Amino acid sequence: MREEEKSIDKASQEILEIAEKEGIDTAWDRYEAMVPQCGFGELGLCCRNCLLGPCRIDPFEEGPQKGVCGATAEIIAARNLIRMIAGGASAHSDHGRDIAHTLLLTAQGKAKGYEVKDEEKLLSLARELGIRTNGRDKKEIAIEVAEKVFSEFGQQHGELQFSHRAPEKRQALWRKLGIMPRGIDREIVEVMHRTTMGVDNDCENLITHGMRTALGDGWGGSMIATELSDLLFGTPKPIRAKVNLGVLKEDEVNLVVHGHEPTLSDVIVTASQDPELIELARKNGAKGINLAGICCTANEILMRHGIPIAGNFLQQELAIATGAVDLMLVDVQCIMPSLSSVAKCFHTKLVSTSPKAKFPGTEHIEFKEEEALPIAKKIVRMAVENFKNRVKEKVNIPGEKMDLVAGFTAESVFKFLGGKYRATYRPLNDAIISGRLRGAAGIVGCNNPKIKHDWGHVEMAKELIKNDVLVVVTGCSAIANAKAGLLKPEAAFQYAGKGLREICEAVGVPPVLHVGSCVDNSRILITLCNVVAEGGLGDDISDLPVAGAAPEWMSEKAVSIAFYFVASGVFTVLGNPFPILGSREVTQLLTKRLEQIVGANFAFESDPIKAAHLMIDHINERRQALKLKPVMYEKEEVAVR
Amino acid sequence: MEKIFCDIRKCLGCKSCEIACAVEHSASKNIFQAITEEKKPRQRVVVESTTREPFPLRCHHCEDAPCVQACMSGAMYKDEKGFTRHDAEKCVGCWMCIMVCPFGAISRQENLALKCDLCPDREDSFACVEGCPTKALFAGSWEEFQEKLRKEES
Repeated sequence: MREEEKSIDKASQEILEIAEKEGIDTAWDRYEAMVPQCGFGELGLCCRNCLLGPCRIDPFEEGPQKGVCGATAEIIAARNLIRMIAGGASAHSDHGRDIAHTLLLTAQGKAKGYEVKDEEKLLSLARELGIRTNGRDKKEIAIEVAEKVFSEFGQQHGELQFSHRAPEKRQALWRKLGIMPRGIDREIVEVMHRTTMGVDNDCENLITHGMRTALGDGWGGSMIATELSDLLFGTPKPIRAKVNLGVLKEDEVNLVVHGHEPTLSDVIVTASQDPELIELARKNGAKGINLAGICCTANEILMRHGIPIAGNFLQQELAIATGAVDLMLVDVQCIMPSLSSVAKCFHTKLVSTSPKAKFPGTEHIEFKEEEALPIAKKIVRMAVENFKNRVKEKVNIPGEKMDLVAGFTAESVFKFLGGKYRATYRPLNDAIISGRLRGAAGIVGCNNPKIKHDWGHVEMAKELIKNDVLVVVTGCSAIANAKAGLLKPEAAFQYAGKGLREICEAVGVPPVLHVGSCVDNSRILITLCNVVAEGGLGDDISDLPVAGAAPEWMSEKAVSIAFYFVASGVFTVLGNPFPILGSREVTQLLTKRLEQIVGANFAFESDPIKAAHLMIDHINERRQALKLKPVMYEKEEVAVR
Repeated sequence: MEKIFCDIRKCLGCKSCEIACAVEHSASKNIFQAITEEKKPRQRVVVESTTREPFPLRCHHCEDAPCVQACMSGAMYKDEKGFTRHDAEKCVGCWMCIMVCPFGAISRQENLALKCDLCPDREDSFACVEGCPTKALFAGSWEEFQEKLRKEES
């Protein structure tokens, strides 16, 4: 694979070339060595759930068509898929649990480095959770909020509190289908039970429970993570920043945070501004301390502090390969095990911090909320002291960096459309109703060497905004689009269709809006609820002219996200198919029949332009069903294309 | 002469060679499409096992090939390079080749014999060799294969 075939990002291409010269293995090299990947696995036809097996079904129908227990392709594919949902939902939910834990310790006065930054949100959340707020101490309320949220994880019956944010009609449908999540952990455990040897053998019944589990993530674990993070670290507001490997600095200490949770990274922001440590950096010959991030922990501190982003998932090895990273701190999720070996080729110190995620051969400094600031300072100090070990000849920082605006939320951005004094969703709904906007779409998810790095995200976003579809992005998709310059307000002039351009010009927002990390996909759910509540676009999420996509997905978390969007009524296109194509029935169910069941289905399309048009077609269909006016600038758009 | 060899100590019985072979003999050459093709693509290699040791079984292109001798219609023949070829046009489906093959490496597709055709759509590689995740399968001369084994032993 040539560098240009691996990534569309110039900075990545540059470092990949260096990596190749130096003999440093990257995910692309390992992917090439792995191809062809196991066909049984790709099709979802391999079962390892008990020791009658491992069993596999021959997709060409010559060999065995049933596992030793009698499981068919349908059963095996469905079981495997919902186990992926369980994995993804666990990751998001455990993240949410950790934030709740931090909130509790903070309110109890045990975690000194934190405070409740958004009191307004604390009060509104408390009221929503049925907690009395009148005349009570803020800390008392916060303790009760944390305890109430904790109980959502272990709840055995009833309904998750935040699921009541969904439109009435959607809630009624979930109850009718029996997929209203009861407790976050309960549904995940039930996936494991149903998929163990000899339990649930009906693929539709299995997938249905998969949806319930995913809903417990989207409207439970992930939403808790977002809400409580806003409460503790502040609700984001639009903020300018820079992105790509070029944000690393030759003459400063470069500390890169990588992973997902904001608990440590947010305190690192404070620690890196400590005058004593900055002075120490100067003594060590550096001009200052430069903090940058990778993946979603980066998105968290970008959204709230404007900290620059060094790159997305596939750039984690490349960041180290610039030779300029003095310390990379990791917590949980999406951290490649290969990092320790890449770090060994340079002076870079890799530091793991979560008791849940250790890396043999790297330094482990366990993070404890109670001692957050001292630990953060210790790590920053290590980075500063390691600066002098940097080998000048090995430093290659690419010039590429791009400006961006991030920090949009369900509370802020859409209200901006109405102006400061008339903060409502009305203007957004009106824009769609009048046809100035065709609709809206979310592009989310990971990177995957199976699809040219960033290409899927960027091409899809460009095609959508060209067709007057407002795009919201999270996670690694947000970082990809930021690098391509689509998160700058000016991007509207260059790429957006006329209708979208008019709106961006009037309000001053970019045509592609960064709404946060991957747990912040819950912000998109809330936004959709607000749009429905505002009125004029139907009475359920599935009526809205919107669509979702994960063009470069790879993680189990993406499977859970995709499922909670579809189960909430959002048509979703995936770049790579789920590993289920070996079962015709499961494929049929997901790509066709779900539409009749939950009002939305999946599509699989690896070409981002074709995928964008699947989304546009869906949006057009929904517009027609709502009897909305034709899209204002449709003809011109066609002429441009 | 380049042949396909197998270091059976490395074969894990994963059947990836079977999948790769079937996909190679599909119209689309893409697994996701291959499984939906009307005419199901057929593999020409099968993973077998004696006791519990798995190994891939496929035409060995024997020097003195019994199938060629037994074929009454001349469908089985030796090409100029010494590979055993099958001419589907001439095959009458008498199954003599299947009867005499000492390895059981020939199977049937409708009324024609079916066996390894050395990936005619590829120039210098074999789908099964490429698809083998443990590199148990090897393409090369007998001498090269022996040398590889020797090197790995030492």
